[in-house]
Amino acid sequence: MSHGGYVLAGYAASAVAIGAYALRVLGRGRALSRRVPPKDRRWT
Amino acid sequence: MTSPAPSGTEPSGTAAGAGAPAHTGSQGTRVLGSVTAAGLVMLSLFALVFSPAEADQGDAVRLMYIHVPTAVVAFLAFFVTAAGSALWLWKKSRWWDLVAASSAEIGVIFTALTLVTGMVWGRPIWGVYWTWDARLTSTALLLLLFLGYLAIRRVPAEPDVRNRRAAFAGLIAVVDVPIVHYSVNWWNSLHQEPTITRLDPSIDGLMLFTLMLGIVVFLLLYLWLLVHRFRLAWLEEQLASSDLAAALVERRAEADEATISAPPAPSSAAKASGTIAEASR
Amino acid sequence: MFRDAWLVAGKDLRLEARSRVTTNQVAPFAVTVLILFAFALDPDSDVLERATAGLFWVAVLLSSLLALQRAFTVESVDGNRDALRLSGLEPAGIFLGKACAVAAQLIVLEVVLGIGVVVLYDATLAGPLLLGATCLAATAGLAAAGTLYGVLAAGLRVRDTLLPLLLFPVVAPVLIGGTRAFEAALGDVPGEGWPWVGLLCVFAAVYTAFGVLAFGPILEES
Repeated sequence: MSHGGYVLAGYAASAVAIGAYALRVLGRGRALSRRVPPKDRRWT
Repeated sequence: MTSPAPSGTEPSGTAAGAGAPAHTGSQGTRVLGSVTAAGLVMLSLFALVFSPAEADQGDAVRLMYIHVPTAVVAFLAFFVTAAGSALWLWKKSRWWDLVAASSAEIGVIFTALTLVTGMVWGRPIWGVYWTWDARLTSTALLLLLFLGYLAIRRVPAEPDVRNRRAAFAGLIAVVDVPIVHYSVNWWNSLHQEPTITRLDPSIDGLMLFTLMLGIVVFLLLYLWLLVHRFRLAWLEEQLASSDLAAALVERRAEADEATISAPPAPSSAAKASGTIAEASR
Repeated sequence: MFRDAWLVAGKDLRLEARSRVTTNQVAPFAVTVLILFAFALDPDSDVLERATAGLFWVAVLLSSLLALQRAFTVESVDGNRDALRLSGLEPAGIFLGKACAVAAQLIVLEVVLGIGVVVLYDATLAGPLLLGATCLAATAGLAAAGTLYGVLAAGLRVRDTLLPLLLFPVVAPVLIGGTRAFEAALGDVPGEGWPWVGLLCVFAAVYTAFGVLAFGPILEES
């Protein structure tokens, strides 16, 4: 693949950035959900 | 067995209630998430394997299948933030403000990604990381507008004051986005800088399909992130107000303690407030 | 509304006349910026002269920051903000008044800077009509957007660092337009500059309208 390094770098950066952000949001969501009573979280 | 926990006044642990899963997911987000994940896999396949390389750019064109979708999401996120701000100022429901804030945070991520993928694409093609082409420049300014909005939200001030000001700032900025876009485009056309060529519709069908697929998948991804981030923001609000209520209870307990000059009354209330007050010391 | 604007503008300008902050501090700052540019760029080659348009407007932008922060500092002392709200003045008028006062100070600064670039950068000011129109349109836009963001940042503890971050990305079109118009004027091709003046007028109109409409709600809550 021509410019393979760049393509890989771009895809890797995107995957890492979005993945890390998603994990952070989900993780904090779990942590905070434990502290809030279910009646205040109306999506479950 | 499970006593209903008083909402908000109890820290951690028992407040979750019996059996309710403690996370921001729901049936809807599971479906959305699965579709998005499948879409991402499909996009990766099409982008990296099935679609052809391009004549001039070689395989670097594959970066466009991320760069363009992230740009679409970035600008969409900004308009959602602005719309949320407007609706919040108008309707006063917290829902809208939280949508605006969540969209802003996601928008920053995607705007930064747009710039990074643009730079990674530009290096092998033009030999430079940055060029003042219209799209990159507008995106850079968009990032700064986002950062300004988020900066106001983090200012040390009353939450309501700073949220309102941030909402106004968002609206002022969104009015600017088309002006910026237009002026940067115009400015750029004077220089004949190499532009990130708009992939015109007469390009190879498979490449066009992959590009459209990318946009759709990233829109779904944005939605999924938005829902989760919104629920997270909602939880933060709930906790902030309940923490405040708990702190008020403690303060009042301490005040009661101070005014009780008589020897400690045997009533459980006084004992309870005494323990709370002591615990907080 | 216009009567209120006149009152507020008059108050701000009289304050300025008595304290002379613009003349004693902001104007020297503006000239200092021009001098710093000369240190940064090579004064021997004609870089400075070619870059005059851009350097001029960057200096204006930086000075406008000081002028705006000053405009709102005078409001936050002694509970002026509340007094302003309770005074019964129409908020749109307050906005127009403050913006006009800021604009007036900016015009003065631009004249000073104009003299500065002629003297320091050996620029020849051609196309005075275009230059003047550019200054008016750009200043109006800067003052309007700046007053809007100024009031949003006012009273917050991080105001001094927040205002530039908020304002500068938004007024990028003013910098682009102002510089291109100036370049056209100085380069003796004024025909190319007038469309940019048009852009500057659009910017000014949009932000003045926004300010007139939104200043009331903004003042209300904080």
